[in-house]
Amino acid sequence: MTRLRPGVIATLLSSLVALFLLMPLIAVVPVSFTSRRYLSLPNGDWSWRHYQLLFENPEWGHSLMTSVQVGVLASVLSVALATAFCVGIWLLRPPFAMLMTGFVLLPMVAPPVVSSLTLFFFLTQLSQWNSLIAYDTLGGVVLAHMVMVVPYAVVVLMVSLSQVDRRMDLAAQSMGANLFTRIFGVILPNIRFGMLGALFLCFLLSWDEIGVTLFVTSVETITLPRRMWMGLRDNVDPAIASISVLLILVVTLVILARAAHLWRKVRGPS
Amino acid sequence: MRPYLLLICPVLLFLGASYLLPFLGIVQLSFTDPDPGFAQYGHVLSDPLSLGVIGRTLRLCLIVTVVSVTSAYVITLLWVRGSPLVRMITELCIMIPFWISILSRAFGWLSMLSNRGLLNTWLQDLGLIDSAIQMTRNEFAVVVGMSHYLIPFAVFPLATAMRNVDERVLTAADGMGASRLRIFWQVYLPMTASGIMGATLLVFVFSIGFYVTPALLGGGQSVLVAELIYLWIFQIPQWGMAAAMSVVLMIAVGGILYLLIRRYEDVTP
Repeated sequence: MTRLRPGVIATLLSSLVALFLLMPLIAVVPVSFTSRRYLSLPNGDWSWRHYQLLFENPEWGHSLMTSVQVGVLASVLSVALATAFCVGIWLLRPPFAMLMTGFVLLPMVAPPVVSSLTLFFFLTQLSQWNSLIAYDTLGGVVLAHMVMVVPYAVVVLMVSLSQVDRRMDLAAQSMGANLFTRIFGVILPNIRFGMLGALFLCFLLSWDEIGVTLFVTSVETITLPRRMWMGLRDNVDPAIASISVLLILVVTLVILARAAHLWRKVRGPS
Repeated sequence: MRPYLLLICPVLLFLGASYLLPFLGIVQLSFTDPDPGFAQYGHVLSDPLSLGVIGRTLRLCLIVTVVSVTSAYVITLLWVRGSPLVRMITELCIMIPFWISILSRAFGWLSMLSNRGLLNTWLQDLGLIDSAIQMTRNEFAVVVGMSHYLIPFAVFPLATAMRNVDERVLTAADGMGASRLRIFWQVYLPMTASGIMGATLLVFVFSIGFYVTPALLGGGQSVLVAELIYLWIFQIPQWGMAAAMSVVLMIAVGGILYLLIRRYEDVTP
């Protein structure tokens, strides 16, 4: 008995949805080649000027560096905190573990604008005490991003740890391993892929973060999304089209490469 | 016991200091700035401006939720039940937009819908319209942009529900001579109802605190709650009002999430 496949109507409707999902990504391409300074389609005169601008204007390179710095610092620190927390919960299985985990996940489920306001409030207060971690500084953005991405790291690591066999840890313990050896010699090697996944996810989330960043930066610390926002908000700058095309291209290539890899695995070696 | 606490506590202290305490500060602000007591809440829930914004937010979020969940249902159907090749193509159509930055996606819709954008240019070239139709800086653009962002999020709970459908039930319905339409309406749709409920609540929660897409595509013409909070902080400083609105938003979202978790517990005993 074969499975019931979707019929003509379902396929047709799905194609419309797929078109809707892909349309804006394709629409960006012609706009990025316009020769004019405002959002328009090239009228026979295709031009690379907006791509050139990306490389010539040092502000874009500067924002790129800021985004990379923030992303690396925020993801490494978040994963370190999250790993300690998850391993601690896994080993100790304390009462109220659910409550503690729920608390850590709070920034993930709260409306982003509430988190933004909270962090804005916190960082402006901190600005009165120090200038390292403050409103509109690199440290401040890193802290804000950490708050927002730590929950995701915790989720990934919890899933990873739930697949670790407790008997391995018991064996190590019975052979006299101390806590340090159990963690660094047994547990962490077993969740290394989870940790890498968490690092990658946290970096990506920080790289794309705009909601909170808008609230905690103004003119000094400008991440890439923040600079794109500035080009989008008032009068739309076609330079945003060229950077969008580059970003869309990277994502599409990575996903296509992964899909091709999986497809070959499904099909088997031919 | 001690060394374990040393592992667990840092993140709790970190979030306690940089998230919980400042949030309590905001709650305090909502009761004290500028007037002590419930005055700010009274304002937020009676002022025509903010009532209008709340009403528009609820209305648009409901529309967005219906559009997103319906579209997601259709495409998830293909993703879960299509032939392997169809599944692969559908997955790409869902995953590529999902991983692309919210700003690029909003810009994509600006390129599509603005006066000199793709749609208007095409329609004019075809001679269907004489002058450009205004399709951005209004509620239409906000609904389109938000739905586009949220469809992939609706897909995941729907896909889980569809994968859990017992294939034999469908085969039985088919074997007893039910038409395809009848199998869908009377068997498949009810069996995936939990997924629809989950997707609906999830999308609604996400949409209600949305800031970036409405601000860019609405162009200041259709302000939603999140943008109003931003305006109350950076444009017309009324921190107490912004704080009160945040608390109201938090309570609303908390309530919906509570429903979501309750439902989840019902489904998985």
